[in-house]
Amino acid sequence: MNKIVKIFSGSIIVPLTAIVMGLLVGALIMLLGGYDPLLAYQSLFSQVFGNLYDLGETFREITPLVLTGLAVAFAFRAGLFNIGGEGQFIIGMTAATFVGIKITGLPMIIHAPLALIVGGICGGLWAAIAGYFKAKRGVNEVITTIMLNWTALYLANYIVRHFLLLKGQQRSENLQDSASISIQWLSELLGNARMHWGTLIAVLAAVFFYILLWKTKQGFELRAVGLNPHAAEYAGMNVGRNIIKSMFISGMFAGLAGAVQILGVFHYQSVMSGTPGIGFDGIAVALIGMNHPFGVLLGGFLFGSLTYGSAGMSFGAGVPPELIRIVIGSIIFFIATPGIVRYVLKPLYAKRKKEKVL
Amino acid sequence: MIAANPIVELKSITKRFPGVVANDSISLKLHKGEIHALLGENGAGKSTLMNILFGLYQPDEGSIEIDGKPVNIDNPNKAIEYGIGMVHQHFKLVQPFTVTENIILGMEPKKGLSLDQKTAANKIKELSEQYGLKVDPNAKIQNISVGMQQRVEILKTLYRGAQILIFDEPTAVLTPQEITELMEIMRRLVAEGKSIILITHKLKEIMHISDTVTIIRRGKVIDTVKTSESNPNLLAEKMVGRNVTFKVDKQPAAPGETVLSLNDIRLMRKDGVSVLNGLNFDIKAGEILGVAGVDGNGQTELIEVITGLRKADQGSIKIHGKEIAGSTPRAFAESGIAHIPEDRHKHGLVLDFSMSENLVLETYYKEPFSKRGFLNFDTIKKQAQRLIEEFDIRTPGIGTLARSLSGGNQQKAIIAREIDKNPDVLIAAQPTRGLDVGAIEFVQKQLIAQRDQGKAVLLISFELDEIMNVADRIIVIYEGKIVGEVLPEHTNDQELGLMMAGSLAVGGHGHE
Amino acid sequence: MKKSIKLTMVMLLALTLVLSACGKKNEANNGGAAEGNGTKSDVKVGMVTDVGGVNDKSFNQSAWEGLQAVKDSDGISVDYLQSTKPDDYITNLNKFVKGGYNLTWGIGMDLGEAIKTVADQNKDANLAIIDAVVDAPNVKSITFAENEGSFLVGVVAGLTTKTNKIGFIGGAEIPVIENFAVGFKAGIEAVNPNAQVMISYTGAFDKPDLGKTQAATYYNDGADILFPAAGATGTGVFNEGTARKQKGEDVWVIGVDKDQSLEFGDEITLTSMIKRVDEAVKRVSKEVVDGTFKGGVETLSLKDNGVGIAETSSKNVSAEILAKVEEFKAKIISGEIVVPSALAE
Repeated sequence: MNKIVKIFSGSIIVPLTAIVMGLLVGALIMLLGGYDPLLAYQSLFSQVFGNLYDLGETFREITPLVLTGLAVAFAFRAGLFNIGGEGQFIIGMTAATFVGIKITGLPMIIHAPLALIVGGICGGLWAAIAGYFKAKRGVNEVITTIMLNWTALYLANYIVRHFLLLKGQQRSENLQDSASISIQWLSELLGNARMHWGTLIAVLAAVFFYILLWKTKQGFELRAVGLNPHAAEYAGMNVGRNIIKSMFISGMFAGLAGAVQILGVFHYQSVMSGTPGIGFDGIAVALIGMNHPFGVLLGGFLFGSLTYGSAGMSFGAGVPPELIRIVIGSIIFFIATPGIVRYVLKPLYAKRKKEKVL
Repeated sequence: MIAANPIVELKSITKRFPGVVANDSISLKLHKGEIHALLGENGAGKSTLMNILFGLYQPDEGSIEIDGKPVNIDNPNKAIEYGIGMVHQHFKLVQPFTVTENIILGMEPKKGLSLDQKTAANKIKELSEQYGLKVDPNAKIQNISVGMQQRVEILKTLYRGAQILIFDEPTAVLTPQEITELMEIMRRLVAEGKSIILITHKLKEIMHISDTVTIIRRGKVIDTVKTSESNPNLLAEKMVGRNVTFKVDKQPAAPGETVLSLNDIRLMRKDGVSVLNGLNFDIKAGEILGVAGVDGNGQTELIEVITGLRKADQGSIKIHGKEIAGSTPRAFAESGIAHIPEDRHKHGLVLDFSMSENLVLETYYKEPFSKRGFLNFDTIKKQAQRLIEEFDIRTPGIGTLARSLSGGNQQKAIIAREIDKNPDVLIAAQPTRGLDVGAIEFVQKQLIAQRDQGKAVLLISFELDEIMNVADRIIVIYEGKIVGEVLPEHTNDQELGLMMAGSLAVGGHGHE
Repeated sequence: MKKSIKLTMVMLLALTLVLSACGKKNEANNGGAAEGNGTKSDVKVGMVTDVGGVNDKSFNQSAWEGLQAVKDSDGISVDYLQSTKPDDYITNLNKFVKGGYNLTWGIGMDLGEAIKTVADQNKDANLAIIDAVVDAPNVKSITFAENEGSFLVGVVAGLTTKTNKIGFIGGAEIPVIENFAVGFKAGIEAVNPNAQVMISYTGAFDKPDLGKTQAATYYNDGADILFPAAGATGTGVFNEGTARKQKGEDVWVIGVDKDQSLEFGDEITLTSMIKRVDEAVKRVSKEVVDGTFKGGVETLSLKDNGVGIAETSSKNVSAEILAKVEEFKAKIISGEIVVPSALAE
């Protein structure tokens, strides 16, 4: 318990201040645009918490963001920058769709988890391709993961068009009911909000992330490789294998994100004209969460509720929903430049110091 | 020459960090035109004090006076305004930029809107000539030697009008020739009216160049003396707090059977240069084998090959008669080879890991430190506590990051970790590099203790003194081959020097 | 110094509060409620765009213009929500449905599935969709006979081309878009059997760069008239055409969905195949005002004035050709000519 307090008390002040400052920047821009920031934030807030339906949908929005955020954060902890969350997300989607449509006759208790797991594993393998090139050939993972995003997009569209297409439509057939991870009773309880088990999976994934990285010997290796690959190699760790492993696990999180979107939200897959963006948003979530799994949960919550709330903002105050991107961007900016935040907080710290001396 | 009034006076400076008092009421007077050495072990508080003077830290108590006037230096720009310049140990230069560009960085001279590099270059040239620095203002940093880069740092401070120069461990990165040249430059600087504070733990340099010495130990001033009225033994004693002998005490070796043997090791670098050309040697239990040689003759590659980090193109490595060439670093370690790496920051430690994590960096995967894939924090903690105590590693706690420890304590941690593995062969690469007298003594004693326990020790060092003092047997490496083998008691610096230069071959192994 | 920072922060906060009060006043003036021309109505109609957004200069914009026209004439309240990703369709639709709107539009076939879900979950709500057929009693599905409209611009193209090469750029190879291509081709062939028609699909409705690239390819291959039916991707086609026009090349682009000469100019827009999305939106929305709204499918064709060519076409198209167009239009309406369709099952 003490430890948890310690983790947060030290590092949470900067992000919290950054969030407040980000919201202030958003407010200033709204003022410049002739909008009413108070009304806007009020609408945003009531869109998120106003009723059960919206609350449920907010969690639906948050879920994939947490998972892709974990993906980016995990790779980062192992010294890798996974910009391929996008591609791994798409591969996870497609694999889950494929299993969900093509495999028939399984009971729900097997079919849905199977589709999830296959989605996660395929996302992981997709990322591991970049890991392999990094480990064996020294190719920068930033380049390969970006390229693999597009490869994934076109591969996914090809698969949907050629194997899964609903005739005359730009999308796949519907999944078997047995592959769905929607929670019917909860949805009904929350005014038909699209609730699904993926939200729980995202929380479990964060716990898994924490335990794996800080409690196991595998995590010890991954962290050592991430912080100092040379020393890790000298200590007898297989650096290349650890790079591949961490990319795999990272990709697995993103793949799961894609899978839960399909199995829990859409129940079919569209032919996509562009990448869905949730993988990229994961980078922002990881940054807000300071690459800590529990921070990512909070970061995902923030990002997801702001994004979902932006519709309310545009509805209630006429503010274009894009504005929330400026707010999020400013928050990340302030988190990435703790110097500015500390400068703002300086009077506070000075006061505290004085008290201590007295 | 020394004026009556000090140009800089630090009065009772105290600086506390969590868990440690880095500076405990330190006072110091620097007079115009003197070289004032600040002597102390790593972690004694020298750098903290200088960072306070340079505005990087704020003192918790105490004051600074310049020319008799109290000043408040709360950032480096202020320090520069007051004429204080710092030559950092780790250079702060932009590699692809030219000398001029680096020097004017942050205070670029402007002519209208455009950068006026020419005037700057001329001024730099002038300064360079005035102080005999011989720096080419148009050379790129990445193309000039380390010694030259240091001069660029000196020029940077002069360009900004520094009257007081702080040198932080300036010789740590220099070759002997460069050190001699640096001494010349420092003399020239004081002759021109500058004042110098020299942070160092090398007694030789202090005796050589300084006028006054202030000795700091554990954050406190022990004494301030005139160099001319002192001697190295006295200074060392004050610095370490006890009697220090420069001669290493050891019994004659009692070598046993051969433990590790290398046969015809050959290795070619990626660029096609052959770096190891048929290396042969054996190490016996209970002896310290010293490898002498000039840097760059294959030592680094040799270490990598014996620790399994790099596979030799050809040749055999046998430990207790068992061939291990070609296996993984971990297999090498498990067959009884421990390794104190040359570069402890890069290879020895994960600086952002805690002490306890670093102390199990090579054994974390074995019981009792982990069980069924999970780490056992209790035993890891106990292990750390035990090693910290046994090897007297000075750290605020086992959770402290390795980064925040002094170099000597970092090295102690590595040695503790390696020795505790109870290896048959201990490979020590430059184990005392950058350490102070006390730490050097500690390391060398540990090596000898290992030998006395019947371990085979391989000591690779560029410092002849160390090899001569510690090793029981010396082999000389030149261009990737062993060109000679001698016993320390039957040789001298001159003979070794000739062998290291490749102009003399003596002894058994290595001839083709 | 520290004090001054604190002061700055406080002042900044105060400023924000003061200015936001001003903002509120402004808001009342340009708010959603209609002040129209006297008539007031309690009816509220909302529309949800697809990912193209309300300023797509095409489809969604046309629908929004339709809604605003109803607001002006009947004094109803209207509002729209933009979808940034497919996840938003359902929540945006629900925003209106649960907000008690009398009619909620889904603009574009992408929203088909979402409309179906929301309609099933809210049997009392009235919904309507453009360009897709949704099978639910409370949904009005509007489709257009794109093939007929495209036939007419095909006639114009076939008679105008000098190189006898004409290109069609579709957003995706899906029936709705193929329907444009089929009609366009038939129109060209009816008047100019020698003309070569090139057809391609970019695979995206929101990628102007793809449109631009494809247009460049066609123009380089000798085509002088292009007909994009690709949403925002078509903007790229216009950009490429305009650039070439300025260099003196004799090229044209045919607009789609609405009179795009108003957006891209007469210099480049030969004519536009108009899909009266605004008409459809107006009509169905009025049904709600009048209380005659009923679910079902409605296909708007030439006969219903649901498709056609832009009135501004006379600027670039000779009276002669326009007469020819009228002639064909009459024949199609009378049934003398049956335009082939990609939707025929």
